[in-house]
Amino acid sequence: MSVEINVTGEVVTAYLKGEIDHHTAREMRETIDSAVELNMPSLLVLDFGGVTFMDSSGIGLCLGRYRNLLKSGAELHITSASPNIYKVMRLAGLEKLAKLSKEKTNENNK
Amino acid sequence: MKTINNFNLNIPSRSANESFARTAVSAFVAQLDPTLEEINDIKTAVSEAVTNCIVHAYKEQIGKIYISCAITDNNTVKIKIKDNGVGIENIEQAMEPLYSSLGGERAGLGFIVMQSFMDSIKVRSAVGKGTTVTLTKKINSKFTVNGN
Repeated sequence: MSVEINVTGEVVTAYLKGEIDHHTAREMRETIDSAVELNMPSLLVLDFGGVTFMDSSGIGLCLGRYRNLLKSGAELHITSASPNIYKVMRLAGLEKLAKLSKEKTNENNK
Repeated sequence: MKTINNFNLNIPSRSANESFARTAVSAFVAQLDPTLEEINDIKTAVSEAVTNCIVHAYKEQIGKIYISCAITDNNTVKIKIKDNGVGIENIEQAMEPLYSSLGGERAGLGFIVMQSFMDSIKVRSAVGKGTTVTLTKKINSKFTVNGN
């Protein structure tokens, strides 16, 4: 489990990796929140491309960040979720709160 | 329904064990040759049930979580997750979507995930005594476990 942060202008992208559960979500949350506090982005992108498993703790992670971003009027995008992770997100109705885009096809593999 | 194969696992309610519990169950279920989606559904449901034991049943203390998993003769997986924690006063309310007694970072979706990812869920609870969640799912594989 790890989070890699990339800052480009007003966009903070957090690349999440590994498994997200109640145990791992806390550290991910802290890393993302400190990057958001430091950079005050207008857009936070949570990239789930490297996430191999997620239970509803991942939904809590997204909802918590969404609530924090509301205060500054920033937007939340959720990208690159695999079908299994997308299934949990859909169940939670996450697409009503954030822009959701599914797994990207990797052009390099073609 | 006859039990063909089974295992029992007792673990302390440490959050580091969430990953171990779901991985142990999914490794056991693998003998039925489930699809990737089926195995992921089971992993997610077990993760939710075990997390409930850790964050609700035992809260700040460490207690024991009893997991028993059985494969029956009709390719059905039955997983029982039991704790001796605080119990649930109002099961109906606890199972409502988005209800979380903890609020904040918990989405309140644990039971909804278990309900929609498994074929059935049964919750028995007594305040001060503990909770047992029983999850079942039929695996639609061509394989059958013959008990050998």
